[in-house]
Amino acid sequence: MKLPISWIKEFAPVQASAREIAEALINAGLEVEGIETLGAGVTGTLVIGRVLEIEELTEFKKPIRWCQVDLGTQIRGIVCGATNFAVGDFVVVAEPGVTLPGDFTITSRETYGHVSDGMICSEREMGLGQDHAGIMILEGVTPGQNANELLGIGEEILDIAVTPDRGYALSIRGVAREVATAFEVEFRDPAISWSPDLVAPSIGFEPHDCVIDDFSACELLTLRTIHGFNPDAPTPRYMVARLQACGIRSISLAVDITNYVMMELGQPTHAFDLAKLNGPLRVRRASPGEKLETLDHVVRNLSPLDSVIADSSGPIGLAGTMGGLTTEIDEFTTGIALEAAFFPASTVAGNSRRHKISSEASRRFERGIDREIAPIASARACALLIEHGGGSYAGMCAVESPMSDNVIEFDLELPTRTAGMVIDHETVIDKLEAIGANYARTDSQFIAVTPPSWRPDLTQPADLVEEVVRLVGYEKLPSTLPTAPAGRGLTQEQRLRRRIGNLLAGRGMHEIRAYPFIGATDFDAMRFPANDSRRKSPTLVNPLSELAPQMRSTLLPGMLSIAMRNVGRGENDLALFELGSVFLGEAASGGFDPGVETRPTELIWKQMQSALPTQPEHLGVVMSGALESAGVWGSPRIATWRDSIDAVLVVANELGVNVEVRTGSDPSFHPGRCAEMVLADTLKVVGFAGELHPTVVEHWNLPKRSCAAEVDLSALLKAAVTSATAPVFSNSPVAKEDLAFVVDRACPVAEVQACIRAAGGELLESVRLFDVYEGDQIPPSHKSLAFALRFRGEGQTLSPQELQNLRTQIVTAVAEQVGGTLR
Amino acid sequence: MSAPNKSFDPKQVSALNADSVDEMVAGALLAFSAAVDLDSLKVARLEHFGDRSPIALANREIGALPPAAKAEVGKRIGEAKARIKDVLELREIELTQIRDNEVLLSEKVDVSVPVDRVKRGARHPLTTLMERLSDVFIAMGYEIAEGPELELEWANFDALNFPKDHPARLMQDTFFVESPDSGVVLRTHTSPIQVRAMLERDLPIYVVAPGRVFRTDELDATHTPVFHQIEGLAVDLGLTMADLRGTLNHLAHVMFGPEIDIRWRPSFFPFTEPSAEVDLRCFVCLGNSNTTECRACGGEGWIEWGGCGMVNPKVLRAVGIDPEVYSGFAFGMGIERTLMFRSGVADMRDMVEGDIRFTAAFGMEA
Repeated sequence: MKLPISWIKEFAPVQASAREIAEALINAGLEVEGIETLGAGVTGTLVIGRVLEIEELTEFKKPIRWCQVDLGTQIRGIVCGATNFAVGDFVVVAEPGVTLPGDFTITSRETYGHVSDGMICSEREMGLGQDHAGIMILEGVTPGQNANELLGIGEEILDIAVTPDRGYALSIRGVAREVATAFEVEFRDPAISWSPDLVAPSIGFEPHDCVIDDFSACELLTLRTIHGFNPDAPTPRYMVARLQACGIRSISLAVDITNYVMMELGQPTHAFDLAKLNGPLRVRRASPGEKLETLDHVVRNLSPLDSVIADSSGPIGLAGTMGGLTTEIDEFTTGIALEAAFFPASTVAGNSRRHKISSEASRRFERGIDREIAPIASARACALLIEHGGGSYAGMCAVESPMSDNVIEFDLELPTRTAGMVIDHETVIDKLEAIGANYARTDSQFIAVTPPSWRPDLTQPADLVEEVVRLVGYEKLPSTLPTAPAGRGLTQEQRLRRRIGNLLAGRGMHEIRAYPFIGATDFDAMRFPANDSRRKSPTLVNPLSELAPQMRSTLLPGMLSIAMRNVGRGENDLALFELGSVFLGEAASGGFDPGVETRPTELIWKQMQSALPTQPEHLGVVMSGALESAGVWGSPRIATWRDSIDAVLVVANELGVNVEVRTGSDPSFHPGRCAEMVLADTLKVVGFAGELHPTVVEHWNLPKRSCAAEVDLSALLKAAVTSATAPVFSNSPVAKEDLAFVVDRACPVAEVQACIRAAGGELLESVRLFDVYEGDQIPPSHKSLAFALRFRGEGQTLSPQELQNLRTQIVTAVAEQVGGTLR
Repeated sequence: MSAPNKSFDPKQVSALNADSVDEMVAGALLAFSAAVDLDSLKVARLEHFGDRSPIALANREIGALPPAAKAEVGKRIGEAKARIKDVLELREIELTQIRDNEVLLSEKVDVSVPVDRVKRGARHPLTTLMERLSDVFIAMGYEIAEGPELELEWANFDALNFPKDHPARLMQDTFFVESPDSGVVLRTHTSPIQVRAMLERDLPIYVVAPGRVFRTDELDATHTPVFHQIEGLAVDLGLTMADLRGTLNHLAHVMFGPEIDIRWRPSFFPFTEPSAEVDLRCFVCLGNSNTTECRACGGEGWIEWGGCGMVNPKVLRAVGIDPEVYSGFAFGMGIERTLMFRSGVADMRDMVEGDIRFTAAFGMEA
């Protein structure tokens, strides 16, 4: 919100500079986003001129005018390219010697065959706004007048962001109060200067009637009536300038005045065309099926939750949010019904949310306005309307519900206990008075505080503590360190998660953090069949992109997109990993709301949680191109299916989890190069690894034979050893034996190895595949698997006979179980 | 082996006569000088001075000699052995020097050739920064609390004193999850973890919660719809704003240096009361910059860091903690923002895009 400093100073007479005021407001909790100067860059005095003559110069490609302008003391000839003005109009002239924004100094110069002796200015040329449609035309001014003063050039403007609790600060009145408090000067409250009885009703007129049908939608409604208003009356210059400084465009006198009063006092008001009203104005809830066309020309279907202003014709405004088109004031309006009301924050917030309207009025009502100021603001507006637009005041009709008492029992020691520094009772009371609160002492330590009507946000003792401490000054707070109880450090899962990250990065991989959004295009690209459960993940109501409206059920598409981006930027050799949540299933409908007054029971809390989809953590790996690049050591080592499987196995090893690799099948992977990763203890499949399907690789434009893995990290973490058991091992000599078996080509190594291990029993210390051979030496469609075996006796050397027996056992088992023959 | 020659054996052992001993010595010396490197010297040593060398064998025969002869022969063999040993040692020194000075030098390599056969990996700096921030609190006895990214609207808003339709709730630009009345949202901040911690943990509570959060912003240089925060929460007897200030000062000192203090500005968060914005003294110019030149703070002297406050009594009540007995403080910082000013990241998109040139620059630590 933009606020001219001069307007603030009208109510808070301080000598301080704009910067000092900004500092004070920051310390008071208002976010000052900047200080602007109106017409910054203008030096010298702009003057008002009256156009006496216009000669159209037609010999040029564009329209050019040669004008004679009366500046009061002299007449200047000025060449101008704009055509939106006529003889007799008042314009702003920059005379030679004046500098305009952009360091543009005006000189007398010959142009288009004439000596142009100055410049007629547009808003933008003076740095007053973006309007460059034509030059600025003024009314109610005289030639030779100082235009800098009229236009507010040099005026400093504060740009303030107001947090949702500080509705009162969305007005000059509210900010001026903070300034007066900060600088300890008198606050000239405009709400006291403008008494509601400012205008006396003219005899013989009756005010238009108004009614509140639903007091939950409106607690206070006032309607003042004016007859004989002059719709052609111009807005006074100072008002246009101030509104402009606030970033509000001048529209018409009546609208400008409602905006001006809203800026000044924080109370939105609405001017209805009296002639267009049918019967009493009433505030009620909308009926089902009712419609309203609002000022923005949108026809709105109203909900019975909406609070509306209506007359006998139906709804004519969305309460506190936006007016309706049928009763809008226009250039013929002579009768005005000026409405000023207190709509509760929640009703306007609901209107605003349901109809997606955020207006100056709704922003103020949502944040809470002063419950008592509506009649004052409407009196102020009425006085201004009659002062500048003429007409007769016909009186006010007002309805209100009783105000509820807002009295807070307050312990004067609470600020000290909360702040951690001594704030004596006297200071506490001083600060509460400074914000406009009243109090009654109940005993030496307790007071009953009534917050001011413009602070509906103050409802509990903690709110008052904030007011006291911020006015004492946050910078005065001491700094102490509380002692937490002895902690248990990271949980095992947290520790292991870090270790996995370090492990994979230490092996040359890069961690990425992809966006978790996904869509049907991704599922299709991953070759998921129509019934793949991964297509059913939670869906967002308002996704960023229609292409990715769902939460990811797999990490890989996001990772592959990032791989593609890297490849596109010239990096083909990639080893990426990601640790992140995936989202499975759908959110259960109908959230359970336990309220916020008490703690939900264990049972209810459990029920609430069941609405959430499962969100396990996954580990994803993508490898493309070379893992080891070409170098002085030789040729590159290209990542293969082996590397993606190994990435999972090293992680399993890090966790102390025994993971087995089995032939797997997943639509995104090469049908012959896909491994299923299985928890050895439970045989639960935790993921897949291998070479990606060529179609998948092509979709993401990755190097051929790119590889990937994705496993359920939550399942691995759950299976991780919590404390390892030390092994018992023998120190007797090792006996080594190499055995090669010829088996069917389709027979997985893991099966043969498992068979050897089982047959070898405890004396077989290790078995390791060291060669695979296919070729002329063995039958076709077969392969030879060569294993290195190590045997060790328990406490004694194995005898040749024992070794021979073990060997026979193994050979027999391999023959019987997997059909392998010793080669 | 030889036994004492008790019954006199008249047989003379030829190997022990002076000539043969001289021959053995000469043979050994010749072989040693012929050895060209330490390996061939080792072979010569085994042949001429080893356990089975002539001189060793001769030595064994001494025991078989008549006592009268023993002294003379013993002396002769002893001198021969000493001579061989001396020469061997000298030659060994010589050859070692040759090896060190010539052979090893000839094997010189260029150690500056690339050796990074396996590429260098990297962790994401957002992850490592969250770990570092967490560790400051772990050291103080805090624990890390966690919560789901798809979160109950009740935990994300209601329990944190965001009334329905309140502007503060609307300001959060929330992603809602189908169906519209599911009551499930993508968490808009890490603060629902506070609610979970207070529901699920025993008092007193001292936790931090780093995590990913979501708001419906478009991605640009300073915004991303998916970002990270770290949340802190302490609930105990008698906690004060001074305790909160001290805790954040400590964090600032550990992360940025002992001269980097914090500043508070009053602010508003529904779940804290009183509330404050936290600014960090600019660690580049230390607030001494008189111009707008400082790249980190633009001459302000302070950098916006996060928000904090005392846990609103309404929040404590919603989770069943008596605000008359316990008080708490909470704080939160943006991780992206912290990384931006701490490491001079100019464009937030760099943290999102996964370009490995970005992560590579950070390596294993942010």
